[in-house]
Amino acid sequence: MIITEQKNFEEILRALEGENKIFIVGCKQCATLCQTGGEEQVKQMKEKLEKEGKTVIGWVVIDVPCHLLETKKVLREKESEVNRADGILVLACGGGTQSVREASNKNTHPGCNTLFLGVVERFGQFSERCSLCAECILEKTKGLCPITLCTKGLLNGPCGGAKEGKCEVDPEKDCGWQLIYKHLQALGKVDLLKEFQPAKDYSKLRKPHSRILERKA
Amino acid sequence: MSALRDALKQGRFVITGEVGPPKGTDITKLMEEAEIIKNRVVAINVTDIQSAVMRLGSMAVCHLLKEKGIEPIFQMVCRDRNRLALQSDLLSAYVLGIENVLCLTGDYPTLGDHPGTKPVFDLDSVQLLAAAKGLCEGHDMAGNALEGNPDFFLGAVVTPGADPVEPQILKMEKKVKAGAQFFQTQAVYEIDKFARFMEKVKYLNVPVLAGIVVLKGAKMAEFMNKNVAGVHVPDNIIDELKTSTDRVKTTIEISARLIRELKQLCQGVHIMPLGWGHHIPAILDAAGL
Repeated sequence: MIITEQKNFEEILRALEGENKIFIVGCKQCATLCQTGGEEQVKQMKEKLEKEGKTVIGWVVIDVPCHLLETKKVLREKESEVNRADGILVLACGGGTQSVREASNKNTHPGCNTLFLGVVERFGQFSERCSLCAECILEKTKGLCPITLCTKGLLNGPCGGAKEGKCEVDPEKDCGWQLIYKHLQALGKVDLLKEFQPAKDYSKLRKPHSRILERKA
Repeated sequence: MSALRDALKQGRFVITGEVGPPKGTDITKLMEEAEIIKNRVVAINVTDIQSAVMRLGSMAVCHLLKEKGIEPIFQMVCRDRNRLALQSDLLSAYVLGIENVLCLTGDYPTLGDHPGTKPVFDLDSVQLLAAAKGLCEGHDMAGNALEGNPDFFLGAVVTPGADPVEPQILKMEKKVKAGAQFFQTQAVYEIDKFARFMEKVKYLNVPVLAGIVVLKGAKMAEFMNKNVAGVHVPDNIIDELKTSTDRVKTTIEISARLIRELKQLCQGVHIMPLGWGHHIPAILDAAGL
């Protein structure tokens, strides 16, 4: 899941300066779970903007705003409102915001900051698990990502900075390598850590990524 | 030929010191400190943007020490340079006469004075050692041949007091395989614990210089216990500092005693005076070295 936080309202207002008619787009997926762009937050945003004298001429919570075709379809259905809007405020991740821009070609504003790819630990608690490195190495640790869980992203074991199992960079966070070590110890596979891990191939991270599936004959 | 390599090869008990480049261009104090200790140590580490606080670079200071006939140990961290810059700087260091390189991961930038910078960590310390060894063998990380190759004496670090220590030892073994020829350790105050560590790493057959951080007082010791991973100053040392009527004398005695005890256990000591470099001669006198 893509974890987002809503931007500070003052920042949103500054971005909307000089624009009166606003259309708001939310997201039924990740942003709903993050409570940043679900129906409730979209309605709250509408109220707050109206209090500031803006006219919210319409809003929609798209099922999957990062799905371009669906977003195009939904925004076409709302065409009359969208076309009259001075700007669109998107309460979703950066992917959703740009998909809305591409679908509408309108003046599009991000209402959220996109933070990380995470898991929901429990309601309202998210933590990062994957850094999208394009070359998964979870096999090496039997399921814990050192690139993500170690602040420095070290591949060959811990630095000397862990104190009582916590990272020196942020004592609130577990040392990723300590978690890996304990996991492999429990599995009886600590010897896996003796293998030298070569430097990663960052050419695999060249942006912008795209991927086209081969059509089945 | 590296004097540090020679000294360790001859089986001498090796003493290394350390200087930290200043924030700015005034190197007067740093050079004075190096001059005070130069005849008492085999080589002097020059830290690389220590604590992620922007300052004068390690390579330039290493070169200046070398010009004064002082053997430098070039510390190199992975935080600030990608593999192109790290390898290039290794070549640059070598043509400036630098032969000893200590490869480290580096402190994380948010702990320093430019917290918004992009952390690099393209390589980790093990990969940096392997890259440096590759250069010595005549090729870069991409496998391309070099026109003239360096001949480095490569070092690495380890935290003997880490808990658990096993992951540190696993990594130490990787560092040896990747090219580390000597180790300097995080500060050691617990001799028994260090002795057990040395027993565990005996199979690696690599020289270890135990870290001595000169304790300037009880407050500093308590601060280290609270904040520095893998370092524990025992109560008896803290009490000694607390009840002392002559802080400098007590500090010198404690450091000298640690060195005397460590002499039985490892191949040398690495003294990190943190600005008290002028007391190193007295510490070594008291240690009988």
